[in-house]
Amino acid sequence: MNRALTLLRRRLVGSVFVLLIVVIGTFLLLEAAPGDAVDAYIVSTGGDAGMIELLRHRWGLDQSELTRLANYLWALLHLDLGQSVTFSRPIRDVILERLPNTLLLMVSATALSFGLGSALGIYAGARPGSLRDRFLSIGSLALYAVPGFWLGLVLIVVFAVDLRWLPIGGIETLASDKTGLDRAADIAVHLILPVSALGFIYLALYLRMMRAGMAEVWRQDFVLAARAKGLSRRRIVLAHVARNALLPLVTMLGLQSAQMLGGSVVIESVFSVPGLGRLAQEAVASRDTPLLLGIILTSALLVIVINLAVDIAYAFLDPRVGASEAGA
Amino acid sequence: MSALRRFLRTPEAVAGAILLAALIAMALSASLLFPGDPQAIAGPALLPSFQDWSLPLGTDRLGRDVLAELFHGARTSLAVGIAAAAAALVVGAVVGTLAGFAGGLVDEVLMRITDAFQTVPSFLLALAFVSVVGPSLGIVVIAIALGTWTGPARVARAEVLSIRERDYVAGARVIGMHPLAIAFREVLPNALPPVLAMSSVIVAAAILTEAALSFLGLGDPNRVTWGGMIAEGRAVLRTAPFLSIVPGIALVLTVLGVYLAGEGLVETTAVRRGLS
Repeated sequence: MNRALTLLRRRLVGSVFVLLIVVIGTFLLLEAAPGDAVDAYIVSTGGDAGMIELLRHRWGLDQSELTRLANYLWALLHLDLGQSVTFSRPIRDVILERLPNTLLLMVSATALSFGLGSALGIYAGARPGSLRDRFLSIGSLALYAVPGFWLGLVLIVVFAVDLRWLPIGGIETLASDKTGLDRAADIAVHLILPVSALGFIYLALYLRMMRAGMAEVWRQDFVLAARAKGLSRRRIVLAHVARNALLPLVTMLGLQSAQMLGGSVVIESVFSVPGLGRLAQEAVASRDTPLLLGIILTSALLVIVINLAVDIAYAFLDPRVGASEAGA
Repeated sequence: MSALRRFLRTPEAVAGAILLAALIAMALSASLLFPGDPQAIAGPALLPSFQDWSLPLGTDRLGRDVLAELFHGARTSLAVGIAAAAAALVVGAVVGTLAGFAGGLVDEVLMRITDAFQTVPSFLLALAFVSVVGPSLGIVVIAIALGTWTGPARVARAEVLSIRERDYVAGARVIGMHPLAIAFREVLPNALPPVLAMSSVIVAAAILTEAALSFLGLGDPNRVTWGGMIAEGRAVLRTAPFLSIVPGIALVLTVLGVYLAGEGLVETTAVRRGLS
């Protein structure tokens, strides 16, 4: 427990710096954008020069860049991301409203890709060089080459347009008064296609990692020892080889979270899922810079939290971590 | 010659080489076979494939020649993929070498910046960058490189950390070489193989990111892109799914070709570190 706490503390300090760099970096990037929030607002509502002047002053846009950055950081400390121009609401509220859908999508896609990917990886890696191993390894490479958004469109054509088995998009049936389990089932049905489109690509990644990891473990002495003891092949594969090859995949789980968040931007757009990714696209379309900044920060924070959780889980799963961590 | 033969030993590498060769041929012959603007109207709208032999793959919603678009799209994909990967590899190798060789505060600062770039989803970063600066081919390249240089940087740093303790580096110090000269002339070239081994994965990722960006309407509007074609076809997905499916297949084959050729290359040169 102590070990995990030390690790957590050191990682937290590092994360604060990283987050600060992200804030300043994105702030500077979005400063470079032509036009500001007032321009975007005036374009959508109309207004004269006096109005522009007034709004600039009220939103503090007439101050120097440094003052604005300081103001922004100060507001962030109070968990205030500012006001969205397009939604006329606090950005924090808009993001919190969309976040659960993205999390649901990500968690389901991760479960699918990790579960099925590692299972198929074990199946392939159990007999290295066999026909099924070669087939799965080529198949996963092909899958890895598929763009998620295109896979999403193909799934829509097949399962929603031609077969009419599944809904074409959205997160739940609109204007339905379903509650409880009915609503959960409805959401689950809506999630099948987007989760498959997002998850299948990463499935290939976990399959390949598992297979490669097992190939390394097969060569080690303890596998030979297990064989000499007369253990069944099944037991060697599951309890010795696969188990030792599984750990790197756990690290990958954290590293992939940023990729998956990025991937969900396009997937959410394909399936009209009202999540963070679609919100980012809306922010881009309406030039709502503060909103985009808020989404980037929220994603960064999410990635940091996921990686921290993975590191802690890893420390518990692998007793060797604490020993070597002192120097790293 | 023997290197080539060794490369073409596995069927995977042969398949990858054929796919890549076909893609490069498509990109190079695009203006020869289909001179003129591929975005110009070439016939009636939504002409099905294999009906009119002057327009073998038919036309899209606006009556543009799908085959011509496909050829010109190969150009964009390849150009953006290679340029973005090259930029990412150069920036990554330089940052990684500086961090690993200098150590101390420089290392700490550069690695925290690397962390920050890895924390923001690279696609979101690319999206924000293109939307702020405006879509053009060069900007798309920079946007993709922004999110991909971190991998090479880490690999280069790890490699430099082990190389800088070698005797020849100590020797270079003794004869009074400038530290920067040691870092970039002596250490960097030796740290390159595992970094270059990542190039196929990075090219593939860059091609996929470019496609996703142009799918969302953030590609260069003056160029045909496969992602843009898929987005175009989406409007008529129910009646003409072909229009979205064909450029997608081209994308899959391209990325697959890059992966396969890359794996073959890595196996030939037996540089297996860095690719995990």
